Amino acid sequence: MDLDNILAKLPYSTPFLFVDSLSEVNESGATGFYKFKEDSFFYKGHFKNNPITPGVILTECMAQIGVVCLGIFLMEAEILKHQSVAMSTTNIDFYKPVFPGEKVKVVSEKMYFRFNKLKCKVRMLNEKNEVVALGEISGMIG
Amino acid sequence: MTSEAIYAKLLPIVKTYLPEDIDENNINPDSDLTKELNINSAHLVDVVLDVEDTFDVEFANEDMEKLRTINDAIAIIQTKLNK
Repeated sequence: MDLDNILAKLPYSTPFLFVDSLSEVNESGATGFYKFKEDSFFYKGHFKNNPITPGVILTECMAQIGVVCLGIFLMEAEILKHQSVAMSTTNIDFYKPVFPGEKVKVVSEKMYFRFNKLKCKVRMLNEKNEVVALGEISGMIG
Repeated sequence: MTSEAIYAKLLPIVKTYLPEDIDENNINPDSDLTKELNINSAHLVDVVLDVEDTFDVEFANEDMEKLRTINDAIAIIQTKLNK
């Protein structure tokens, strides 16, 4: 399945789509990119006069690229009809702040995909290739 | 393996994924894993993966569909061990 096809199947839209592009998606993982737009809605309040990307948004970006894009690929590979996605567990450590306008890379590695549960190790890197966030995310896909 | 022996090995697995607001004393062989013990669908998968490791069996999608109560789990495990 080509990468544009995966993007087209994502069930999100603005202001809650956090995937710009994918560079690789295969049986064992996914890699993709997102640039946090300066005018994103959450910078108005997080924090007052000090905009920093919220951890929940970083987590969402990691889940959309690392788990959902991979999940769409895996469901397609098994010729299953993709119907819905739901996050089930996250355990993420944050290491660096992500400021408005920064571009991040998300890399996921599949731990397992069984009975519609997809569990992945996911890392987020900034443009200096520094680890911004790292952890595990699982979701139910199907 | 007797169903009592299976239950004894199954109990700690179920307890691992029991939500904090459910009392461990509520667990009995007839307990419905999702409806009564409030284990969500993702953790039900974790229960099955742990069961596979503990009993050295493999669950198929059909087994997953049949799995509602702890007794269902015991029956499925017993069938697989006797094969």
